Amino acid sequence: MNSFSKIGIVFGLLLCVTACADKNSPNYQYMPNMYEPVGYEAYGEVDFLPNRQEAMAPPANTISRGWIPYGYENTPEGKELARIQKSPLDSLSMEEDLAVGGQLYTIYCAICHGDKGDGQGTLVKREKILGVPKYSDPARNITIGTTYHTIHYGLNSMGSYASQMNTKEMWQVSEYVMKLKQDLTK
Amino acid sequence: MKLSCQDVDRNKIHMKKVPYRHSISKVLGVTLFVFLLFSVSISAQEDGAADEAATEAAGAGDTAGDPAKGKALFNQNCAACHALNRKMTGPALANVETRLSEDEGLDREWLYKWIKNSPGLIASGDSYAKKVYAEYNQAAMTPFPTFSNEDIDNILAYTAAPPKTAAPAAAGADAAAGTSGASAAGGISNEIILGALALVFALLVGMLFLVNKTLRRIAEANGVVLEDDASPKRLPLWKAFAKNQFLVLVTVVFLLLGSAYFAYGWMMQVGVDQGYQPIQPIHYSHRIHAGDNKIECKYCHSSARVSKTSGIPALNVCMNCHKSIYQVADETLEEGKREYGVDYNKEIKKLYAAVGWDEENQKYTGESQPVEWVRIHNLPDFAYFNHSQHVSVAGIECQQCHGPVEEMEIMYQFAPLTMGWCINCHRETEIKVEGNAYYDKIHTELSKKYGVEKLTAAQMGGLECGKCHY
Ligand code: HEC
Ligand code: HEC
Ligand code: HEC
Ligand code: HEC
Ligand code: HEC
Ligand code: HEC
Ligand code: HEC
Repeated sequence: MNSFSKIGIVFGLLLCVTACADKNSPNYQYMPNMYEPVGYEAYGEVDFLPNRQEAMAPPANTISRGWIPYGYENTPEGKELARIQKSPLDSLSMEEDLAVGGQLYTIYCAICHGDKGDGQGTLVKREKILGVPKYSDPARNITIGTTYHTIHYGLNSMGSYASQMNTKEMWQVSEYVMKLKQDLTK
Repeated sequence: MKLSCQDVDRNKIHMKKVPYRHSISKVLGVTLFVFLLFSVSISAQEDGAADEAATEAAGAGDTAGDPAKGKALFNQNCAACHALNRKMTGPALANVETRLSEDEGLDREWLYKWIKNSPGLIASGDSYAKKVYAEYNQAAMTPFPTFSNEDIDNILAYTAAPPKTAAPAAAGADAAAGTSGASAAGGISNEIILGALALVFALLVGMLFLVNKTLRRIAEANGVVLEDDASPKRLPLWKAFAKNQFLVLVTVVFLLLGSAYFAYGWMMQVGVDQGYQPIQPIHYSHRIHAGDNKIECKYCHSSARVSKTSGIPALNVCMNCHKSIYQVADETLEEGKREYGVDYNKEIKKLYAAVGWDEENQKYTGESQPVEWVRIHNLPDFAYFNHSQHVSVAGIECQQCHGPVEEMEIMYQFAPLTMGWCINCHRETEIKVEGNAYYDKIHTELSKKYGVEKLTAAQMGGLECGKCHY
């Protein structure tokens, strides 16, 4: 009987050790000074920057890599001026651009605009976000220029996607949107 | 508990004489079981009734014809900027017609003109048009020249008596009552079951004690001698054991091996954070975003496509959706409170506070604070891992390394992230050659060298120390 309770105690302790291990805090490390970086890690916290935040917007008057400055203003007039822009992408590589644009479209736009661009993405079907237009909406009469403008600046309740894609990728998506519009009006 | 176990054992020993003593408890158990069955079906019926009531209430609202069409038009065309009872990019539109005619003396004609061509109306110098335009920071409302007057009548009918809000106002109350009733019923029936089980258990234990006692009494009365009182004094077991040296040696060896095994196991898991699940500053749920709403991983973790880090999205990415989604649906809220004890709407308010979004006026205040997400996956500094190589080049799904993220309410580390884990996968996974011009030449040469059709990442050099340690 005594040995029973001893075994019980041992098992109880084992249970405690395994079950009470705290999953909210990280495990011990052998040699932390080889594990912890000396340099700054992406998105880390540092002392000398505002908000102690490493992730910051690029400084004024600089151009990030993969970016080309955009000349039109974020106003209705700017958008009208942007209407007649042409895509700077090479029309010979159209097929590749459309393939890439299609993939990016599926990641960033289809959730609201739908795979076919008919304004019926998952979020719209679940009634989380309303008022997403069809690309073929005649009142909007979108062109590749206004599409790029919209991706770059956003429009009312649609946000800007300029932080997630570079200039070339935004043009690729715009081309793909024009293709969707064509397919919709067909 | 332990005591009662042993008592059960003893019961068995002494049971021979009175074999049917147990039947009472059995009968009791059976009746309780039957009662339980009933209670479950009763609460199930209640649920059904509540559901029906809710659907009826919702159905009742839909009967009006025009507002329903108006709702469709409104959701399609106007809802991006207008809500019924809340300021968005444009003003709240509930009862807009009566409001305008009472406050401003404007009639339906004005509304036709405004909706079909608001910039034209502003340009024509209409005083109220200019006033609201200025009031809303000169945000332009899209003109709708293709709308007929009838379309606009439908929309106005909807804003005057919206079927959905009329229904929710009525049905909302009903449904709320219904759902809370139903869930309360569900909760109660669960509790009943648990309570009843506990009761059955307590009863059983009580019965066993009683049975044990009576048996002993009967045994005494019959003159049966109980074994443990009767057994003569023997050599205690441990002394017999200590005398046998061979046995002692074997046990010691086993004990040593056993503890070495456990010690090794314990030391190997030092530094491995599998299962690490810290509490994040905002209760952000991958289950809701990536699971229920099927948002692509790369929508938020967009740098995984092109860079080493996968990154945590900046708050402007959240606001792409949360400018419009200022609260979660009622069912979602209900579920969160019930299953996770979290008020999701408060979590969204935390997001607004961090990004500095003023809901009242629908603009940014400019005062933001960073959200301090706690990093979960983190390799030691001496190991190099690159997301784009695995996600874009090798085409590996995020889930293969990060587990069923779309089911995680709270993010945790799924894989051990040990060197063995990386190496195993490199040995087993074939590289994706198709459509990658870089591999055309090197692939043919290497496959000749190894004499295989398909190359694994290991054969491409994925085991060289310098690839991961630099
Ligand atoms: C969160 C949902 C959402 C996502 C994601 C989204 N949009 Fe939109 N989009 C909207 C809404 C809402 C509107 C209507 C805006 C308005 O007219 O006020 C809109 C309008 C548009 C328009 C019409 C603009 C015009 O000139 O009238 C285009 C083009 C467009 N989106 C393209 C895109 C592209 C390309 C992407 C992907 C990079 C994208 N959208 C992603 C919600 C979204
Ligand atoms: C692109 C965003 C946008 C869309 C889409 C939109 N509106 Fe507006 N609406 C506005 C803004 C902004 C105002 C405030 C006046 C201004 O700044 O032009 C406004 C004002 C109004 C007003 C005047 C309300 C008042 O209290 O003075 C009415 C009525 C109206 N909208 C109806 C509609 C209807 C109906 C639709 C759909 C067919 C619609 N709007 C679509 C942005 C929009
Ligand atoms: C709506 C935006 C969003 C989407 C979509 C999303 N995530 Fe996340 N993810 C976040 C945020 C915010 C965090 C940080 C908070 C946390 O750890 O829960 C995060 C954290 C993570 C982490 C842990 C990071 C660390 O600290 O180690 C992993 C892994 C991850 N996400 C994988 C995924 C995968 C896989 C998918 C697709 C199934 C996905 N995410 C979809 C926003 C998103
Ligand atoms: C593509 C659209 C989209 C993006 C981007 C997005 N959300 Fe959400 N979010 C949703 C939807 C849809 C819901 C659920 C609404 C419902 O169920 O009614 C939601 C719900 C929530 C909730 C309440 C439920 C929960 O998860 O606790 C929080 C908090 C939240 N989001 C935070 C964030 C944060 C932080 C980010 C940025 C990292 C973000 N969201 C980005 C669409 C989005
Ligand atoms: C081959 C395995 C693998 C795949 C596939 C993978 N990850 Fe990771 N992920 C890791 C490892 C390992 C880390 C830790 C990296 C570090 O500490 O340097 C990590 C870290 C992260 C982090 C934390 C922040 C960071 O970048 O260090 C996020 C977020 C994340 N992964 C998201 C994703 C998403 C989203 C996908 C799919 C697009 C994905 N991962 C695909 C293995 C993988
Ligand atoms: C799910 C399987 C999988 C896991 C887990 C995995 N890898 Fe890989 N890894 C691959 C594949 C497949 C490739 C080959 C990609 C290509 O085509 O270049 C690769 C390539 C690499 C390369 C480039 C090798 C070269 O020859 O240039 C490095 C470095 C690497 N992985 C590091 C890691 C590290 C570090 C880990 C663990 C934290 C890890 N991987 C975990 C599948 C995996
Ligand atoms: C596929 C990538 C990969 C390759 C190839 C690789 N390693 Fe590692 N190695 C890792 C990762 C990731 C860790 C960190 C494991 C952890 O934190 O538990 C590690 C950890 C180690 C450690 C342990 C350090 C410590 O403090 O825990 C040693 C030693 C080591 N590697 C040596 C080597 C040697 C020697 C080689 C070549 C034969 C090699 N590695 C090849 C990924 C790799």
